[in-house]
Amino acid sequence: MLWLATFIPFFAREASSVAPNVDALFLFETAVTVFFSALIFILMIVFAVKYRRRSPDEVPVQIHGNIPMELTWIIIPAIIVAVMFVWGAKLYILLARPPRDAVHVYIVGKQWMWKIQHPEGAEEIDMLHIPVGEPIECILTSQDVIHDFSVPAFRVKKDALPDRYTTVWFTADKVGRYPFYCDQYCGTFHSHMRGFVEVMRRSSYETWLAGQSTSGVSMPAEGAKLYQSFGCIQCHGTGKGPSWVGLWDSKVHLANGQVVVADGAYIRNHILDPRDWHVEGYPNIMPTFQGQITEEQIFDLIAYIKSLATTPGPQGVAVPPPAKNGASTTP
Amino acid sequence: MGTGNSIALSKPGEEYRVHYLNAKYGIKSWLLTTDHKRIAWLYFISTSFFFVIGGLAATFMRLNLVSPQGALVQPATYNKLFTMHGTIMIFFFLAPAVPTVLGNFLIPMMIGARDVAFPKLNLLSWYIFITAGATFLWCAISGGVATGWTFYTPLSSTYTNTHVISAAMAVFISGFSSILTGLNFIVTIHKMRAPGMTWFRLPLFIWALYATSIIFILAMPVIAITMALLVVERIFHVGIFDPALGGDPVLFQHLFWFFGHPEVYILILPSLGVISELIAAFSRRRVFGYEFVAFSSFAIAFISFLVWGHHMFVSGQSIYAGIFFSAMTMAVAIPSAVKVFNWIATLYKGSVALDAPMLYALGFIGLFTIGGLTGLYLASTGLDIFLHDTYFVVAHFHYIMVGGAIMGYMGGLHYWWPKMTGKRYPEHWARVAALIIFIGFNLTFGPQFILGVEGMPRRYATYPPKFQFLNIMSSAGASILAVGYLLPAIYLLWSIKYGPAAGPNPWGAKGLEWTTASPPPVHNFDVIPIVTEEAYAYGHEPAVVGSAAS
Repeated sequence: MLWLATFIPFFAREASSVAPNVDALFLFETAVTVFFSALIFILMIVFAVKYRRRSPDEVPVQIHGNIPMELTWIIIPAIIVAVMFVWGAKLYILLARPPRDAVHVYIVGKQWMWKIQHPEGAEEIDMLHIPVGEPIECILTSQDVIHDFSVPAFRVKKDALPDRYTTVWFTADKVGRYPFYCDQYCGTFHSHMRGFVEVMRRSSYETWLAGQSTSGVSMPAEGAKLYQSFGCIQCHGTGKGPSWVGLWDSKVHLANGQVVVADGAYIRNHILDPRDWHVEGYPNIMPTFQGQITEEQIFDLIAYIKSLATTPGPQGVAVPPPAKNGASTTP
Repeated sequence: MGTGNSIALSKPGEEYRVHYLNAKYGIKSWLLTTDHKRIAWLYFISTSFFFVIGGLAATFMRLNLVSPQGALVQPATYNKLFTMHGTIMIFFFLAPAVPTVLGNFLIPMMIGARDVAFPKLNLLSWYIFITAGATFLWCAISGGVATGWTFYTPLSSTYTNTHVISAAMAVFISGFSSILTGLNFIVTIHKMRAPGMTWFRLPLFIWALYATSIIFILAMPVIAITMALLVVERIFHVGIFDPALGGDPVLFQHLFWFFGHPEVYILILPSLGVISELIAAFSRRRVFGYEFVAFSSFAIAFISFLVWGHHMFVSGQSIYAGIFFSAMTMAVAIPSAVKVFNWIATLYKGSVALDAPMLYALGFIGLFTIGGLTGLYLASTGLDIFLHDTYFVVAHFHYIMVGGAIMGYMGGLHYWWPKMTGKRYPEHWARVAALIIFIGFNLTFGPQFILGVEGMPRRYATYPPKFQFLNIMSSAGASILAVGYLLPAIYLLWSIKYGPAAGPNPWGAKGLEWTTASPPPVHNFDVIPIVTEEAYAYGHEPAVVGSAAS
C-alpha cells in the first residue's frame, strides 16, 4: 500500500509486512471521521444560517422527537463501530501471534537505554540490526520501570515490563533505517531513550554480525558458561535437579499441582523465585538468584536451555503456543 | 442581538434590592457561607486559579517544545511541568469546574429548591478541595513531582525521587471533596425538587450532573485507595506494585484506570449537559429526543466502568481482555452519537441566535465530534498499537477535554453569567473571544494528530528535528488560544463592575432559574414555584423578553 504513504505525505513510512493492514484500517476510520465531522459541521452551519432568529420574539414550531430517526442514528453508528471493532481485533490477534519461525532478539529496557542481544552473541545499545524479510520476535523486559518499545514504521509497540516478558514481532520488508522510541514515560531521560532499527539485506547483515566484537560467543555459549559459573551444573547436571536437556517448551509438573510450559517466563521465574515454582519430584532446595543475576544473563541462560531442546521447531516464549501438539508438524 | 431590551431599561440607578451577593459583606460571610450560590463562587475563584496555574505549566511546555533540544528547561523540569499540567487540569480544574461552579449554582435553582440538601456538607467539600489544592501546591513548591498524572508504578513507587507522596495525598484528599459533592447532588435531585418537577421535566443539565454524581461516588473511592496503596508502598516498602518487592507492576494500571476512565467522563458529562441547555435556549426549542439525550448520559456513565483496559492494549494484558475492552469502548460511541444528532435535530426549524454561549455550543459539537471519532482509532485494538502513547492520543483527548469540556464550561459560564452576577458582559467581545478560542484550539491540537501519526511519542522533553515544524505550529496555536482565554478573564471581570444590569431573563430562556431575579435572592425564590410544564416549553407561550418580574 505504497500509495497511501504518497497520499498522506506526513505518514510514518510503511516498512513492515503488517503496516499496510494497519494503514488500511487507519484510512477507513479517517474516511468515517472526515465524513461525519463534515456532515455535522455542514448541518450545523446550514441550520444556524437558515433558521437564524429573525425577530426577537420569534417562537419556532416545537418537535418533540422522532423514534425512527433515533433508531437510525443508533443503528448506523452501531454498525460502523462494529466493523471497526472486528477489523481492529483481527489485526490485534495477528500482531499478538508471532510466526513460529521468527528469530528471537532479546531486549532489555533500562533507564534510559535499550540493550539488545542477538542469539549469535552480538550486543548493541539503542540500535537494532535485522535482516529484511525475516520475521523477528523481540522478547522484551525491563530492568527497572515500565518502558515501551515502539517502531512507528513497523506499526508495532509493546510495553517492556519489569519482572515479566512480553513479545513484539515484525517482518521488515524494506531495507532502511527506521527510528524506534520508548513510548511509555519512564523518568527523567524518557525522551533520550530512542534509537534506530537498521534493516539490512541478509548478506550485509551477516557481514555486520561477523564484524561485531561480541559475536565470538553466542548467547547459548554464554549461557553455558553461566551454567558453570553460577553453579547450576551442581544440581541440574547431576540429577539432583531436573535436567535442562529437553526442558525447553516441555510441560513441567509443579509441586503445587500446576502444569506449566517451560518458556522463557517460566525459566526466569524459576531462577528468581525457585520456591514458588518448585518442580514435583525434586527437593525444594534451589536458592534464589534474585539480585545476583542480570536480565541479560537470564536471557543467555534461556538461550542455552533453548539450544538444549530435543524437539525442533517452536520457540514460543511469553505466550504459550496455541497448538499443544502441533509442534512436530512445523518444518 | 435581539434580546437586549433590558439593557436599555436598566440603569445604574435602579432600585435597591437585597440579593445573595449584597445580603452580607465581609470575608467571613463568604468563607462561612452555606449558600450554594456563594459556594459556587468560592469554587469559581479557586478552580480559575488552578486553571491559570495549569495553563502556565502548559505555556512553558509549549515554549520548550519549540526546539528539538528543548528551548527552555531541562528534561527533569519538563517532566514536572507536564505532570503538574495534567494533575492540576484534571483534578483541580476540569473535574470540579462544571459540577461545582455551574452545578452548585444551578441545581437548586433549576429544580426549584432553596439550597442543596446538605448546605454545610457543601461548604465542607470546598474546604476539602482547598486542602487538596494546597497540598498539591505545596508539592509543586517543594520541588514538584515527575510521574505524569497517571503515577505509573514502579516509577512512582520506587524509582523517581520527586515528591510523589504529597502529590498522591493531594489526589487522595480531592477525591473526598468530589464524593461529598456527588452525594449532595444526588440527594438534592431526589428530595428537593419543587412540586410538579417530575423526573422527565428536569432540565438535561440535571440529568447529566446526576449521572456525573454517580460516577463521583463510585470511582473516587477507588482512586483514594490506589493513592493510599502507592503511598504505603513508597514509605513502608510493602510490595504491592513494585516487582522488586514482590508486587505486580500492572496492577496499578488496572486500579488507576478503573477510576481513570470514569474520571474522564466526569470531565465531559457535565459539559454535555450544559450544551443541551444552550442548544435549547438559543434555538428556542425543546431538545429533540429529550429522553434519548437524558438516558444517553446514563449509558455513558454505566459503560465508563467497563472500558478501563483500553488504556492497556500494549501492556501485555490478555488479548481477550483487550478485545472485550475494545468492544465496550466502541459502545460509548453510540450514546455520544445520539447526543450529537439530537442537538443537530434541535437546530432544525429552530430560532437560532448566535450569541456567544451558542458559538461555544456549536464549537463544542464540532470538536466533540472530532474528538469522539478519533477516540475510535484508539478503541480499535490493532490500530491502537500503532497510535498508543503518541501525540495522536494527546490530540484526541484535548479535543474532548479542551474542545469539549472547557468549551462547554465557557459556554455555560457566559450563559449563566448574567444570572450569577446580575450583569451583562460585552457580547461582541465575547463572540470574538469564542472565535479566537476555536481557531487557536484547532491550531494547537490539530497538528498533534499528525505528529502522532508520524510517530512522536507523548511526554517527550526533546524530540527528533523532523517533528519541529508541527511543534512550532502547535505552540503558535497555543499562544492564540491563550489570548482567547485572556479576553473573557478581562471582560467578565469588567462586567461585574461596569456591565449593564441583566434583568431576570436576558436570553428569553425557559427554566426555573430564569424566573427569579438576577442576581437571585438569598433563598432563590420568593415563593417556591409549582411546575406545570416540561423543560424547554418554548411552544406554549411566546417567550417573554427582558420582563422585569421583580
